[in-house]
Amino acid sequence: MDAALWAIGRGTGVVGLVALTLAVLLGIVTRSGRPLPGLPRFAITLVHRNLSLVACVFVLIHVVALFFDSFAQLTLLDFVVPFFGSFLPFWQGLGTVAVDLLIAVTVTALLRNRLGLRAFRLVHWLTYALWPIALAHAIGNGTDGTSPWFLWLAGISTLAVVAALSWRVSARFVEFRSVRTGETS
Amino acid sequence: MAARRFESTGSTGTLLHIDWTRCDGRGLCTELLGDQLDRDEWGYPLARVDSGSLEARDRSNVPIPADQQDAAADAVALCPVQALRLVPRP
Repeated sequence: MDAALWAIGRGTGVVGLVALTLAVLLGIVTRSGRPLPGLPRFAITLVHRNLSLVACVFVLIHVVALFFDSFAQLTLLDFVVPFFGSFLPFWQGLGTVAVDLLIAVTVTALLRNRLGLRAFRLVHWLTYALWPIALAHAIGNGTDGTSPWFLWLAGISTLAVVAALSWRVSARFVEFRSVRTGETS
Repeated sequence: MAARRFESTGSTGTLLHIDWTRCDGRGLCTELLGDQLDRDEWGYPLARVDSGSLEARDRSNVPIPADQQDAAADAVALCPVQALRLVPRP
């Protein structure tokens, strides 16, 4: 049973991170206002949202499975308060921080139309902290964290997110930016 | 089902109000309401003139036919800058 819980905890952690990475990338595409080939703008928004929720489900299973795992020795406190773990408290604490941020970002995103844009956007920016913290937790705490295949995955994910971020802060990021600022025509 | 939806929203339909102080021309509404909205050259939504009498010329209040109510509701919910609202047709 312990082996099963541990395997589930490992697997869902990795899948959750991949889902989170894709959600971050699609979130950046959403903000650009541009469609993707075969995916109109409203669909990108919906896939971004659904993928984020899928990531939350995987993270939930990840946390619950490891709660019942006898080696990880999680307490209820470790779900929300970081750095009190018994095994690798720092790296596990990063996971707790990521969970806290994920809860904040998800709840405010689901309540976006009630909260108003300013509060939503402010909290949503925390995703840029959430993602690297979750990745660091995976590398530092994960059983497979430093195995070559995972480091490849982490490297490719980091490259993709950094590339998307550089596009995000570039002048041509938003659709119609060039015509709106009168750079062309 | 379609008939019921038609009744529940009324045959007069509603108006999609665009708040121009918020609109950023992200283009989600123009995708969801392709028959009612066009995009101008800067990407902002523009009511199609042929989409229903003279009212359609009002850029801020776009008439939504009964069979497009669901699409309009989606556009309101998904607008990334909360610039859309459905109001009853006067």
